[in-house]
Amino acid sequence: MTSKHHAQEDVFTSDRFQRSVKRRRGAERRLKVFGGTAIAVATGLLLILFVSISAQGYTAFTQTQLSVPIDLRAEELRVAAPELDAALRNVNFRKLVREGLESRLGAAEDRRGRREMMALLTPSAGYFIQQQVRANPDWIGTVRDVWLPASDDIDIIKKGFAPRDVPEEQRLITDRQLAWVERMEAGGFMEGRFNSMFFFGNDSREPEIAGIFGAAVGSILMLMVTLVVSLPLGVAAAVYLEEFAPKNWWTEFIDVNIRNLAAVPSIVFGLLALAVFIRLFGIPRSTPLAGGLALSLLTLPTIIIAARAAIAAVPPSLREGALELGASKLQTVTQVVLPSAMPGILTGTIISMAEALGETAPLLMIGMVAFMVDTPAGILDPAAPLPVQIYTWSTSPERAFAEKTAAAIMVLLVLLVFMNSLAIYLRNRFQHKW
Amino acid sequence: MIQSLFASPKSQRPKPEPVRTRGAGPAVSGGHDAKMVCREVNVFYEDFHALKDVTIDVNNREVLALMGPSGCGKSTFLRCLNRMNDTVDGARITGDVLLEGKDIYDPNIDPVLIRSRIGMVAQAPNPFPKSIYDNVAFGPRLHGLFDRKSDLDELVEKSLRRAGLWEEVKDILDHSGTGLSGGQQQRLCIARAIANGPDVLLMDEPVSALDPVAAGVIEKLITELAERYAIVIITHSLEQAHRIADRTAFFYLGELVEAGATEEIFTNPKDKRTKHFIEGMFG
Ligand SMILES: Nc1ncnc2c1ncn2[C@@H]1O[C@H](COP(=O)(O)OP(=O)(O)OP(=O)(O)O)[C@@H](O)[C@H]1O
Ligand SMILES: [Mg+2]
Repeated sequence: MTSKHHAQEDVFTSDRFQRSVKRRRGAERRLKVFGGTAIAVATGLLLILFVSISAQGYTAFTQTQLSVPIDLRAEELRVAAPELDAALRNVNFRKLVREGLESRLGAAEDRRGRREMMALLTPSAGYFIQQQVRANPDWIGTVRDVWLPASDDIDIIKKGFAPRDVPEEQRLITDRQLAWVERMEAGGFMEGRFNSMFFFGNDSREPEIAGIFGAAVGSILMLMVTLVVSLPLGVAAAVYLEEFAPKNWWTEFIDVNIRNLAAVPSIVFGLLALAVFIRLFGIPRSTPLAGGLALSLLTLPTIIIAARAAIAAVPPSLREGALELGASKLQTVTQVVLPSAMPGILTGTIISMAEALGETAPLLMIGMVAFMVDTPAGILDPAAPLPVQIYTWSTSPERAFAEKTAAAIMVLLVLLVFMNSLAIYLRNRFQHKW
Repeated sequence: MIQSLFASPKSQRPKPEPVRTRGAGPAVSGGHDAKMVCREVNVFYEDFHALKDVTIDVNNREVLALMGPSGCGKSTFLRCLNRMNDTVDGARITGDVLLEGKDIYDPNIDPVLIRSRIGMVAQAPNPFPKSIYDNVAFGPRLHGLFDRKSDLDELVEKSLRRAGLWEEVKDILDHSGTGLSGGQQQRLCIARAIANGPDVLLMDEPVSALDPVAAGVIEKLITELAERYAIVIITHSLEQAHRIADRTAFFYLGELVEAGATEEIFTNPKDKRTKHFIEGMFG
């Protein structure tokens, strides 16, 4: 007994044993280093993406604005609600804006001067005032200082993206305009303010008032169509394949093809949607309905695969438990298998929805690149979803659209991060201990 | 529905027999009080002949223990009694299995109805990932065994009480059944099975995963349940069979070697294989 004990101790202190321990520790350490490096590289790249996009885009969240006094004491505006609309249409708000500017900067001496002065502001300044007055009828009868968006050129000068101290012909704005800008700045009538138009406005030819609201609504409507179509279909297909289908070469064949579909480039689904949904079924182009259906083709395989994995992970003992209590096959699936698989199914669905949210190519294929100044009101209104909006802005020549593009990408990234976090939260929250 | 298929069980059920059948009766049946009758039952898994000409009765208010070495067909036989073999791909069964004189393999009878009358508790506890309440209410909800919510509440409480679990869970009925300890889960599964009001209860090694104290609780429970149900239990423990079983059936390589009163089988086995098995276990 004691000799055996000694022999064992000898083994543990022997050189051979020590060497093997060292070797195992070394292998473990190397694996840790490799894993750590891989994660560091991945996070680093992600960080570079976020930082570079944010560095370009954050300036779009502020907007250079000019404080202009607007005289709303005109007799014709002092009318009650029903006639107010007509009155608002008759008033020349552009003139009110010009007079306001002139009261700050002094009257311009000629037509050209007047045009240059008005060019300090966005061309839609008059319309902007009209909207404000409609929303706040109590302004009527007063003189108000209103913050109006500056034109994109002024915005760029103010944010320092284009130089001021260069000869006039190399500058974005004229000497006269620069003098006005400096006077407004000195008087505190010009500053960068939070750009609510970016979040609550729609697309526009003029970058200073272009926003992502319409695009975001278009994306949401489209994703709703995608969800309503692909979740029930995907789950039904997964339930059938996993629980009811006989295991033979035919279901194997279907299985292989679903996996193939998940790997097909999305542009192909765009072509398919164009041929089937638009040409064959006559669904109107450019609408969230058409876009949502096209994206369903994309998300369906992903959802089926995720749902099958979640269903297959439900332990057979639970199915037997239900059957033993006298549940039919269908009751077993609906009351035990599906509720247990739901977290997995939802996680897969959200991730596929996030993929769909960022998808652009198939949408270009079915004409969702329309220039839309109106917020889509339903799934049959033309819409340009977020990624497409990013695409069209990125191809616009105006310098000011560059920062808008980056800012829209930031919003899209935030949405994606949010959706994926939700998926992870759901997975952790409802993780089963069987 | 159940009642229309099987002649009203309550009224025609034979009168309770005060004297337990321990130590009496012929080998394969208690004779006077058979709940289920099996005649020359054979089971094949594809080509494999897993159960060979098994003939035995399951009596009212009796615990029948099934014993035998691993792989001898005990679980297979148990699954014949509630048609769970139907759910196994490639399984085929011949012979007769009668419940109160009716063939449960009659093509006109839905296996779902059989399983609601013959409860089963699996070897490893398998509570649903639902609340404790919903676990017990699962069967009654499937079969519409109640009219009002209060009836269901009562049924759930009664079942949990009978399974000896009520005191431990009465304040946490909304907690998940999977959060209970192994022994509690096993009793939950028993409560779930008896909530259906079955006539027969099948148990596949219900205490194999439990510590001796938890096992003792369940053994006591089985003895109590045997006052109302016919119970068939698979066990690997001779002591356990000795403690709870009125009759014991010994299986070997798919055959029913011998069956009889537990005392009789243990002290005076007729077959050599039974003798070896018992001696192997004791020795
Ligand atoms: N689904 C199945 N398909 C094929 N063969 C099976 C199946 N289930 C059981 N068998 C075979 O039938 C025989 C009896 O199995 P069974 O599960 O009834 O044994 P058992 O007596 O319950 O054993 P244990 O004590 O280990 O649980 C075994 O040889 C087993 O391999
Ligand atoms: Mg078994």
